Amino acid sequence: MSTLTKLSAIPYTGPAPTNRQPYVPAAAEAMDARGQEILAKIAQPGVTLEAGQDLPTLLVETARIADVLRALHDHPELRFTLPLDLFGADYPNRPKRFDIVYQLYSLSNNERVRLKVRVGENENVPTSVNVYQGYDWYEREVFDMYGVKFDGHPNLRRILTHEAFQGHPLRKDYDPAQRWLLSEAGVAALVPKIAPQFVREEGDSDYERVTLNLGPSHPAMHGTLRVVVTLDGETIVGSEQEIGYLHRCFEKMSETHTYQQVIPFTDRLNYCSAVINNVGYCMAVEKMLGIAAPARADYVRLILSEFYRIADHIVCIGTNLVDLGALTNFWYLFQPREEIIALAESCSGARLLPTYLRVGGLAVDVPADFLSNAQKIVNMLPKYIDEVEALIMKNRIFRERVEGVGVLSQADAINFGFTGPCLRATGVAFDVRKANPYLGYETYDWDVPVAEGGDTYARFLVRFEEMRQSLRILQQAIHRGLPAGPVMVDNPYVALPPKEKVYNEMESLIYHFKLIMHGIQPPVGETYFQVEGGNGEVGFYLVSDGTKNPYRVRARPPCFPIFEAYGKMIAGQTIPDAIAALGSLNIIAGELDR
Amino acid sequence: MSVEKNERTDSIIPRKAGLPPGEGAEKGLITLPGESEREVEDLAGATYLTTKLESVVNWARGNSLWPLPFGTACCAIEFMSMVSSHYDISRFGAETVRFSPRQADLMIVAGTIVDKIAPVLKKIYDQMPEPKYVIAMGACATSGGFYRAYHVVQGIDEIIPVDIWVPGCPPTPDGLMYGILKLRDKIQRGEIRRG
Repeated sequence: MSTLTKLSAIPYTGPAPTNRQPYVPAAAEAMDARGQEILAKIAQPGVTLEAGQDLPTLLVETARIADVLRALHDHPELRFTLPLDLFGADYPNRPKRFDIVYQLYSLSNNERVRLKVRVGENENVPTSVNVYQGYDWYEREVFDMYGVKFDGHPNLRRILTHEAFQGHPLRKDYDPAQRWLLSEAGVAALVPKIAPQFVREEGDSDYERVTLNLGPSHPAMHGTLRVVVTLDGETIVGSEQEIGYLHRCFEKMSETHTYQQVIPFTDRLNYCSAVINNVGYCMAVEKMLGIAAPARADYVRLILSEFYRIADHIVCIGTNLVDLGALTNFWYLFQPREEIIALAESCSGARLLPTYLRVGGLAVDVPADFLSNAQKIVNMLPKYIDEVEALIMKNRIFRERVEGVGVLSQADAINFGFTGPCLRATGVAFDVRKANPYLGYETYDWDVPVAEGGDTYARFLVRFEEMRQSLRILQQAIHRGLPAGPVMVDNPYVALPPKEKVYNEMESLIYHFKLIMHGIQPPVGETYFQVEGGNGEVGFYLVSDGTKNPYRVRARPPCFPIFEAYGKMIAGQTIPDAIAALGSLNIIAGELDR
Repeated sequence: MSVEKNERTDSIIPRKAGLPPGEGAEKGLITLPGESEREVEDLAGATYLTTKLESVVNWARGNSLWPLPFGTACCAIEFMSMVSSHYDISRFGAETVRFSPRQADLMIVAGTIVDKIAPVLKKIYDQMPEPKYVIAMGACATSGGFYRAYHVVQGIDEIIPVDIWVPGCPPTPDGLMYGILKLRDKIQRGEIRRG
């Protein structure tokens, strides 16, 4: 401790998070032990343990990755059946510059595992789509962003950037502002893949199959989704989904901004439930720094997360019903949503995208009438939800339009990597708030709604019930009352000092200057933190190199695998069914394309 | 205008005191923008007014803007709030939201436009019949927002002409409504000369 700290007016609260020591996760030893167990169980050659991580991390040789994934998937005790994520990271100073990172989840054991493959330039990786169908699009994204090719991939072409794009943007040597323009003539034609049950010989039928393009500018395409379908009469026999129409380069922007400056970018991922993304990112950085936000901040984070979850479900249900022709529910449900947004506005000043959280707590304290306003909203919401449910659930037209529509089996849903309401609608009771609790969710009395069938009707049921469960949590939280205390952690390396101190004390001025100019500098290392977003597990994987900008930020997009499986859901159905199914998936392009 | 407490006890949204009813409406005066007031004469039970044809046409165009919401991102959600009952743009004639460019005259570009969707935006704009107007809603449509990145168009005026820029990230629904009303004023003053 220096004399500066001893004489300072700011009380010394403990060792500051420093970037001079590498990040050692709290559970590193337990994770290493578990990693050794997993290694022993799968008994595959070419796999070693990478020690000192927050998840059991295995380093796999390039040629062996598909076999290792198959072993992890099939092993009766391990059962890593859910593919969470696949992404890359670029370390140009290494001879094998790319890290291809796989993250898997085991539903039976509630544990995650991370695998890494190190490849150099012009080295290919065997594809893993035969083990996990969901990794199809993820591998395309790694190819798009890094240029790593996957041998055996059925359709390896760009997914997020446009077809005239050159270069691989997430490489460290790619200039973030280098754009490539796409002219109208440069747009490539898409040929949908025919579903296996409909493949027929050439010239086998009297009828010609028609290709129809839906989107991206379309009333029911929820923004920027594009689906090209092949129709045999009215039946969809094949489809191809095209995304990337809102690729706003979140991950590259994160590398060029400081840790606090990334927070507004995270708001705009799932923009219907922005606070939940903030929570995920801020808690990931806090995990790496080894600090915890004060109880008051966590309480407000929980309340706003649940309110925004309700707002997200309102938008999903409302717009889905508009696609089916029922507009009244949309107008009606948006009134309580305005109240929720007004509550956020009273806290932060901004309506839809509050950017209210900071690393270490909240930006500012909540207003005095926060709890009474929250109580008023919790009192008004059940009436709206009940009335809308009564309007539609016994309506024969609604039931016939959504039952059996857009079905995906539980096995397929898990194999694609579904999480969130779409997975719970197939009968799997997986919710990150129960599996890996944060913000105190384990101290509240609530249930995870699960429906059977995996069709649009099941997804409706799950979302209605989730809103009610969120209201349950909110009512209990409001009864407990707002904890007293600060809303920001008392650590000058993370939190800006109050303005009066900045103008009156030298140390505060220095801390303020350092934080603004150099930002938060977490220790060197990597971490992963997951929260339950409106659509499923939103995970943030952060790599820090000790400087003010993150080295790598990866946001796991929950609706990426869901839209990937959309083609399978609508094969054999008609266009109106496809529209009904799409609305129930709640594909938010900000999160899908990042 | 003062900010009063909300009369409805279940709403937390603060309300402003309403404006007094316009004096002109009581006297039966009708004013078109740009015209001086004329008293409407009662001639054997009938009412009439004299003005230029162009003014009437502009008045009609301004009060019946049919939006095409080219909504890509977060601004589209605030656009949804604007057409919803709380803010309600249908009071100003813009209720019929048409996603077909052939049937709309006002394109509201709500959200980030990226290079991949830029040709689509141009095509949709070209398909709209004259007279057509464009509102760039939000920071991303205006200038790329805070995405100075490899895939984001730095303002839609790179591709199509824009009449009104609405700032905000996202703009509040009343901000967007203000932009639409400003466009209406522009049209009714005859400042936009189209086909």
